[in-house]
Amino acid sequence: MADSPSLRFGVVLFPGSNCDHDALYALRENLGQSADFIWHESEDLSGFDAILLPGGFSYGDYLRAGAIARFSPVLSAVQRFAEHGGLVIGICNGFQILVESGLLPGALVRNRCLHFVCRTVHLHVESTESPFTRHCNPGQILAIPIAHGEGCYYADEETLDILERDNRVIFRYVNADGRVTPEANPNGSVNNIAGIVNEGRNVLGMMPHPERAADPAMGSIDGRLVFESMIHSLVRS
Amino acid sequence: MTINAEVIEQHGLTIEEYELIVAKIGREPNLTELGIISVMWSEHCSYKSSRKHLKKLPTSGERILVGPGENAGIVDIGNGYAAAFKIESHNHPSFIEPFQGAATGVGGILRDIFTMGARPLAVMDSLRFGPPNDPEAGNRNRHIVGGVVGGIAHYGNCFGVPTIGGECVFESSYNGNPLVNAFALGIFRKDRIFFGKASGIGNPVIYVGAKTGRDGIHGASMASAEFDEQSEEKRPNVQVGDPFLEKLLLEACLEAMESGVILGIQDMGAAGLTCSTCEMGGRGGTGVEIDLKNVPQREQGMTPYEIMLSESQERMLLIAERGVEKEVFAIFKKWGLDAVEIGTVTDDGILRVRDHGEVVAEVPNSLLTNDAPLYDRPATTPFRPAPLDGPKLPQPSAADHADALKKLLAAPDLCSKRKIYEQYDYMVRTNTTAPPGCDAAVVRVKDAGVSLAMALDGNGRYCAFSPREGAQLAVAECCRNLSTVGAEPIAATNCLNFGNPEKPEIMGQFVEAVEGMGEACRHFGTPITGGNVSFYNETLGDAIYPTPVIGIVGLLDHMGVPAGMHFQRPGRKIMLVGGVLPGVTADPLDLERRFGSSQYAKVILGETWGLPPTLDMDYEKRVHKTVRDIVRARLAESAHDLSDGGLGVALARCGFGPRRIGARIELSSEFSPLFTLFHEAPSRVLLSVSKENSEAVGSIADDLAIPAPVIGETEEGNLEIQINGDTFHASVGELFRSWDSSLERMLCG
Repeated sequence: MADSPSLRFGVVLFPGSNCDHDALYALRENLGQSADFIWHESEDLSGFDAILLPGGFSYGDYLRAGAIARFSPVLSAVQRFAEHGGLVIGICNGFQILVESGLLPGALVRNRCLHFVCRTVHLHVESTESPFTRHCNPGQILAIPIAHGEGCYYADEETLDILERDNRVIFRYVNADGRVTPEANPNGSVNNIAGIVNEGRNVLGMMPHPERAADPAMGSIDGRLVFESMIHSLVRS
Repeated sequence: MTINAEVIEQHGLTIEEYELIVAKIGREPNLTELGIISVMWSEHCSYKSSRKHLKKLPTSGERILVGPGENAGIVDIGNGYAAAFKIESHNHPSFIEPFQGAATGVGGILRDIFTMGARPLAVMDSLRFGPPNDPEAGNRNRHIVGGVVGGIAHYGNCFGVPTIGGECVFESSYNGNPLVNAFALGIFRKDRIFFGKASGIGNPVIYVGAKTGRDGIHGASMASAEFDEQSEEKRPNVQVGDPFLEKLLLEACLEAMESGVILGIQDMGAAGLTCSTCEMGGRGGTGVEIDLKNVPQREQGMTPYEIMLSESQERMLLIAERGVEKEVFAIFKKWGLDAVEIGTVTDDGILRVRDHGEVVAEVPNSLLTNDAPLYDRPATTPFRPAPLDGPKLPQPSAADHADALKKLLAAPDLCSKRKIYEQYDYMVRTNTTAPPGCDAAVVRVKDAGVSLAMALDGNGRYCAFSPREGAQLAVAECCRNLSTVGAEPIAATNCLNFGNPEKPEIMGQFVEAVEGMGEACRHFGTPITGGNVSFYNETLGDAIYPTPVIGIVGLLDHMGVPAGMHFQRPGRKIMLVGGVLPGVTADPLDLERRFGSSQYAKVILGETWGLPPTLDMDYEKRVHKTVRDIVRARLAESAHDLSDGGLGVALARCGFGPRRIGARIELSSEFSPLFTLFHEAPSRVLLSVSKENSEAVGSIADDLAIPAPVIGETEEGNLEIQINGDTFHASVGELFRSWDSSLERMLCG
């Protein structure tokens, strides 16, 4: 990506974020983009082309993941940024914050096994019609790690119908052969959902960590496709 | 309260020790002072039974920047960077309250690391429990495993440090007393080391972090006593951890250190405010005077005694230059933390505690630190929990071997620990290049352009049968693990878990083990930079197996993916560096004795006896170099060391990669197939090597006079072993399933 034009990503820094440095490193070192932290008390997102809400435990998350972060000053700015069509990606805790703040529908509850799970899973790219997956091949299978305790996606039937109908389910947990099975579902998510977009398709929430699959030393570089898609979309617009 | 014999005993002091206190301060101490002194003189804080012997350990070397005595040891990793690391026990709290006990164990060791200015990069844990399928204690053991693992996950995951490896062993000797030893390692620039030192008369003493509550009072003293029927009542002594607060404390402390406003800093761990104030004064050659009215408190009406002895977590004490306090306060405020001045540095060498101005305790630092009693406890021949000679050994058939191999792979100690390590975020910070389950864990250090390999090893059963040899074998195995990924061992930390040192036969175990560990660390060039001693691991008079655990850090000069342990492809030559059974004598009596400590004896024969395997440290060291040279030259596709379960188990495990590659082995051995397959002789590593590279590998081994016979070839899916003409087969897939699913089955009861 060395010769691609450099965009400026903002990585939101909550006091309990802990994948913040990983996201920054992947964007800067593996994708050659410019990236900076945004403190959770800031409301100024000017100069950023895309916003990333990283993984971690935003404010400790003892109550419910993301439940307090939705009230932070930066979140109202992110909300406005999204309303104006800006690209927002929430990863893991970032996804939890996006559903808590209503930017994405549904809820993320405790994993079915009731404990934290860290492992590399397979994701089926359900739709390439999004700024986050347009660099993927239709039906491509990506190996990307998960690491969460509250990643079981839930939505009522009506919401699910809409998500499925409008191709807003972007990633689904599958086995290595690409089949949607209960065994391939690491947390009990309904319909094996791993990532969804909003109606405007400019806000993505996903439990797996693409920033952990951006460097060959980490064993997979499939996560780069998500960021490369974003970069491509931003450059084209 | 008047101080009488009963009060003195409640504080874990002997009458003689009390009389020593009176003589030293020239008067009777008040109760607060007694509390302060007793906790600093506890075994946990003073090392009064162990100090004499710990001096026998090697502690210095070319790369050692800071040795024992500080919050953590520090080693130079090159390119201007250093690593701080240490291991510490949290055994007693983890038995009483497994979740919080283990969680705060992780919290405590992390604070030790970032107190010195290093950002934590990795955590590992050495865990020992009673068997999950124990007929009597199984239920409780499973409860403890679940709690401990959950607690470690809770703390490390939220804090944002990867838990990348360790060990987990089950043995009935840990039924009443699990061992939870937490290791942490952090990275910083080597010119940015901070010390726990109070300097500059008149400088402010600043308290930061969590408020002080009544939790954990006398935790250090609890850790210095045996368990009995009333141990459950000690649950209030266990602290409650808040990993989010610790994360804030980390970021705030590192930011304050970076801004140059901090002169000295120390965490409040065991013995809380007491330990941090007197140790900082002690190291700085100064005194510290504080007023408790300024200490942030979570509860009302706390007495000076309670405030001084509280072990509330996530607190730090720091010294700043007078005049810049406001900058310190501003940084901590940004992170939403309390930071208040509670006192000043003085010139009189005394820890003076006031409560609203009135002096409530006044004790010389030296009395609390250097002048704590030092014991030369009597030591006799170590206690031996099993006979020297065992039963008549069976003569199993080839089919029996296949059966035994499957059973061994599913045994608690040898089965996959995936169900445990998947609960830990082992990838956060994107540095983990060799994940848990490998011989050694490896993390890259992005700033320094190198990688660090690390492993924890201990073998209580070996040590129970011969403390000296067992401790040496642990060091040897740890270095061997590092060599399989191509790392050069550079420094070590140790956690010494033993029973009651007042019993001469337990003290005998301790002395032998420490001497053995010292000899091995000297031999393998891994000085010990610090660690921890945990005595009184006994319940109702039954001591645990003596369990010295060693953690060793090794250096790799690249940041790429290291060689793995799994066979990659069929058709590769399998070479056994070190030979089939090195160091094994033909004396049948000795051989049978040294087989009695094996996993085969424990799992298949159901009884253990004898001695640990024989170790030739000089030979072992040459094996390490051989393997390291081969791996570094990228001549091997995989490297896996032999340890528990011997050659049979190691061959099967090499096949458990994503492709389930098997092997066809043909061996002729002067020993019976039973010993050849399952004896646990050290100094051996299995390699898979392409045909083109096998000659180069052989010549590296030749140069170091180490045999590296080709014992077979890898092949798809099937394990076939032929020894002295007898052959057995197993499906790698079937072995894998039994290995992979076993722990989950056991833990679900």
